[in-house]
Amino acid sequence: MVEELIIAGFGGQGVMSMGQLLAYGAMEEGKHVSWLPSYGPEQRGGTANVSVVISPQAVGSPVIDFPTSAIVLNTPSFERFAPLVRSGGKMFIQSDLVDCTTQREDIHCYSIPASSIAEKLGNQRVAGTVLLGAFIEKTGILSKGSLTAALNQVFGEKKKHLLPLNIAALEAGQRYICDF
Amino acid sequence: MKGNEVIGEAAVYAGCRYFFGYPITPQSELVAYMAKRLPEVGGCFLQAESEISAINMVYGAASAGVRVMTSSSSPGFSLKQEGISYLAGAELPAVIVNIARGGPGLGNIQPSQADYFQVTKGGGHGDYYTPVLAPSSLQEIVSLTREAFRIADEYRTPVILLGDGMLGQMMEPVEFEDEKPLPKVREKKWATTGTKGDGPPKTITSLDLNDTQLEIRNNTLQQKYAAIKEKEVRVDEYLLDDAAYAIVAYGTVARIARTAIDRARKKGIAVGLIRPVSLWPFPATIISEYSSVLKAILTVEMSAGQMIEDVRLAVEGKAPVFFYGRTGGVIPTVDEILQQIDRLTEEVAI
Amino acid sequence: MKTVFKRTTGLTDAETHYCPGCTHGIIHRLVAEVLEELDALETTVGVASVGCSVLAYHYFNCDMTQAAHGRAPAVATGLRRVLPEDRLVFTYQGDGDLASIGMAEIVHAAARGENITVIFVNNAIYGMTGGQMAPTTLLGQKTATTPEGRSSQLQGLPIRVSEMLATLDGAAYIERVSTHDPVHVLKAKKAIKKSFEIQRNRQGFSMIEVLSSCSTNWGLTPEESLKWIKSQMIPYYPLGIFKQQPCIGEES
Repeated sequence: MVEELIIAGFGGQGVMSMGQLLAYGAMEEGKHVSWLPSYGPEQRGGTANVSVVISPQAVGSPVIDFPTSAIVLNTPSFERFAPLVRSGGKMFIQSDLVDCTTQREDIHCYSIPASSIAEKLGNQRVAGTVLLGAFIEKTGILSKGSLTAALNQVFGEKKKHLLPLNIAALEAGQRYICDF
Repeated sequence: MKGNEVIGEAAVYAGCRYFFGYPITPQSELVAYMAKRLPEVGGCFLQAESEISAINMVYGAASAGVRVMTSSSSPGFSLKQEGISYLAGAELPAVIVNIARGGPGLGNIQPSQADYFQVTKGGGHGDYYTPVLAPSSLQEIVSLTREAFRIADEYRTPVILLGDGMLGQMMEPVEFEDEKPLPKVREKKWATTGTKGDGPPKTITSLDLNDTQLEIRNNTLQQKYAAIKEKEVRVDEYLLDDAAYAIVAYGTVARIARTAIDRARKKGIAVGLIRPVSLWPFPATIISEYSSVLKAILTVEMSAGQMIEDVRLAVEGKAPVFFYGRTGGVIPTVDEILQQIDRLTEEVAI
Repeated sequence: MKTVFKRTTGLTDAETHYCPGCTHGIIHRLVAEVLEELDALETTVGVASVGCSVLAYHYFNCDMTQAAHGRAPAVATGLRRVLPEDRLVFTYQGDGDLASIGMAEIVHAAARGENITVIFVNNAIYGMTGGQMAPTTLLGQKTATTPEGRSSQLQGLPIRVSEMLATLDGAAYIERVSTHDPVHVLKAKKAIKKSFEIQRNRQGFSMIEVLSSCSTNWGLTPEESLKWIKSQMIPYYPLGIFKQQPCIGEES
């Protein structure tokens, strides 16, 4: 199965890092993966999105026209990508920040109050990880174990202390979406 | 690692220890990578005051006989053309990276292939060519960077590594160990390093005021280019054995085309891909051979149609050649290419 | 019999192409003698520029690289960064090359304190291309492109390169010398030698600006040309040391 995911939000929300984490997770599982950022002249702020293709074969186009999944962290991104998600695809909405729902009935839409969930865990900044937890649970594209290994790799020795919190966030995202 | 950083590490892996750069989006990560990396391996990175200065520092370092690199993106690459012509004329080996962006003029910073003419037809003044290698994946960056340095040393010529903003900015897994390291630089007897009692003084120059002499120099260059044309053509073929149609595309666009081809195949259209990996020398013979058995050829580029001229020259009218291109940094989509494949089958049916 | 003068081994046997009365020949000889005296001919790489001295690589008896117009300091930088520290690197540039098209390269090489020697030959005109205005052409001076004489309103004022580069902290030694009489030629040689010694001591960037003549394009006889340097050029381009960082060992 080929997963073509777009993660979109404001610059600074951790969109790029979320994609990177998935890319490392895919490498853990020996899958082919590409990570392609949209890049603008501004260094901070503005809208940002990243395309991640995870595939059992070599990745062809790293550019995604119609994603199989989208994770949106702000309203402009919702408006841009909601019509593009492929029929039968999945959309994960950060519902603390996006107050919209789609009229489309051919896609699965999941509203996840990721900030609120993250806040309960003690740090709003792991909202992105909560969303990733929900994403892997619903798509089954990567295991929690490989994402944990990816987190371990990204944090290294220096930021090792952040690992338990992020694992808790992954699990919270998975739990939330199971109850959906 | 981002594509730009992979180029840097691949260069280090290929024995490059000197880099003279100047910042420009979307290749700046390469400059920053080299600034950090080269001192770790006993090399030298220097940020020049301009692209012009950077390419001339490369000329100086290459004169001293080392493996050296510089990089830029389209507007900055234009500024380097004078220096590249001098490198070609003085027969100095160097690798120059162009992570191309939208143009003309300042254009934008999105990916583009509109520098094709400039890199494959010489680019600067005088009768010269530079070998041009166009990777389409990060793994291929590793092997082609190595090849770029090998070709540069072997033929004493500047070599261009051509990518675009998409390739420079993207990440995917890369293995360096799969690549055989390039042998150490052989001693370059012609290098100006001080004579040290080692025979008469050496000179490096592209000047010959005497016309006969300059013609001899030009003939030598042309012989070298003929040898490169014979030995250094690289092309990647995909699903061509039973193909009735073929897309010709290079670099990142070839990847998008490949996905479109996979989808077209599912619809039962026998289409394949010819991907020139060396843009100069251009794989004209291979394209010519296929063109006698193909019903039609589609060239897809992120330009208004540049490589298509070489494709048409290779095909020599043996098959119709169609074109699809996007400009200004717009990337052609899989769906657009699929539509073009459909158009191809319809037009030929008429 | 005692030899009182012999040809320097720093120059090849090639006959120079310079016009009669041109002082390039003298300046070539001074640089060559200095390299010979410093026993540096086998460890020196020179960079020839574009202009009358484009063929300098035929004349200097050491390894030479020929650079694009104005880019000699960048080429020298590339060489400097690669070659072992015991090698000497010099550029030999005219005023059009250094002060017009190559202004960015010379300023930044000086600012970086690049450990090279620059021989800057200032004759207030473009010689090779047929006598056009240079950035150093004096006010009122007639050239092919200032037929009525250089005017401050139309073409602006001439640039004093030594004074300008001396403002940069990276420059270790800057001196302006002249070739209009034997005394000054000897002083010029002293300055050139000093600049190579500074490089050998790894003290950084040095430039010797040498006031030179161009009889052909000035439209003067060789003798008149030397007088013109003294009467016209030196008042605008005063001789002397503009920058001298303390030598190693001299620092307190």
